[in-house]
Amino acid sequence: MATVLERVTKVVVDRLGVDESEVKLEASFREDLGADSLDVVELVMELEDEFDMEISDEDAEKIATVGDAISYIEGKVS
Amino acid sequence: MGKLDGKTAVVTGASRGIGRAIALQLASEGANVVVNFSGSEQKAQQVVEEINSLGAKAIAVQANVADNESVQSLMNAAIEQFGSIDILVNNAGITRDNLIMRMKEEEWDDVINTNLKGVFLCTKAVTRQMMKQRSGRIINITSIVGVMGNAGQANYVAAKAGVIGLTKTTARELASRNILVNAIAPGFITTEMTDALPEEVKSSMLSQIPLGSLGEPEHIAKAVVFLASEDSNYMTGQTLHIDGGMHM
Repeated sequence: MATVLERVTKVVVDRLGVDESEVKLEASFREDLGADSLDVVELVMELEDEFDMEISDEDAEKIATVGDAISYIEGKVS
Repeated sequence: MGKLDGKTAVVTGASRGIGRAIALQLASEGANVVVNFSGSEQKAQQVVEEINSLGAKAIAVQANVADNESVQSLMNAAIEQFGSIDILVNNAGITRDNLIMRMKEEEWDDVINTNLKGVFLCTKAVTRQMMKQRSGRIINITSIVGVMGNAGQANYVAAKAGVIGLTKTTARELASRNILVNAIAPGFITTEMTDALPEEVKSSMLSQIPLGSLGEPEHIAKAVVFLASEDSNYMTGQTLHIDGGMHM
């Protein structure tokens, strides 16, 4: 079973077309990974599908970096 | 073969008038149609039966477009039944005409909620599906009075003008995902809504129409097919005036 980090990394790589090595915990989707605001919305949608969860609009607004996404998901799953 | 074979369309307010004509025209081009209605279930069922007799598929779904939960369940029903939403036609609309001096706050709110907020809620609800599909068409039915103004319809005109602005913004936000958003502004079309107008209003409107007659719901429905099909692939954010030349 892949870890949360591995699964998030795969979604980010697929969606934003970045290299796996760029997907670091502190990487900001918009500043470092070249996502525009619509890309971030889509990324959140795909994370919802990947982890079979609903992320509210309020929570989604707080997810800015790869690390934010992982800690949010880990907090919900465990 | 139709221009819309295999596509699924949701048409709000499709039990009567222009919405009914749109639903039938889309079906005649091969689309599956979700016939949304608010009150007239029997009429919506008749539209479904007519669509079935054309050899296309349809379901009738009750929903109040001004209510978010109701809108969600409408779109869920569409996806459950047909597996996608390719075309959304925001057509549902009401009138509560009055002079501003006499207009009640409630009359203002009812019309804004159905005719403007309803378009926002339905648009928001289909966006996720259309973004995933990387394609979609949203067609908003506004009105020529939203461009010209009309005494006695402050609420309706404000909502319809709002829909034109909403159309342009939605078009800009979603263009990169191949979701095209356009509006149609009908002029004076023969429906129950316009039949209810007093004779003198009708004759004075007729005198302003260069083509010299009222429009038929089919005139609007054919333009919807154009905007829903591949014939309009290079068009977004526009408002088509279909009004016999009433406003130029």
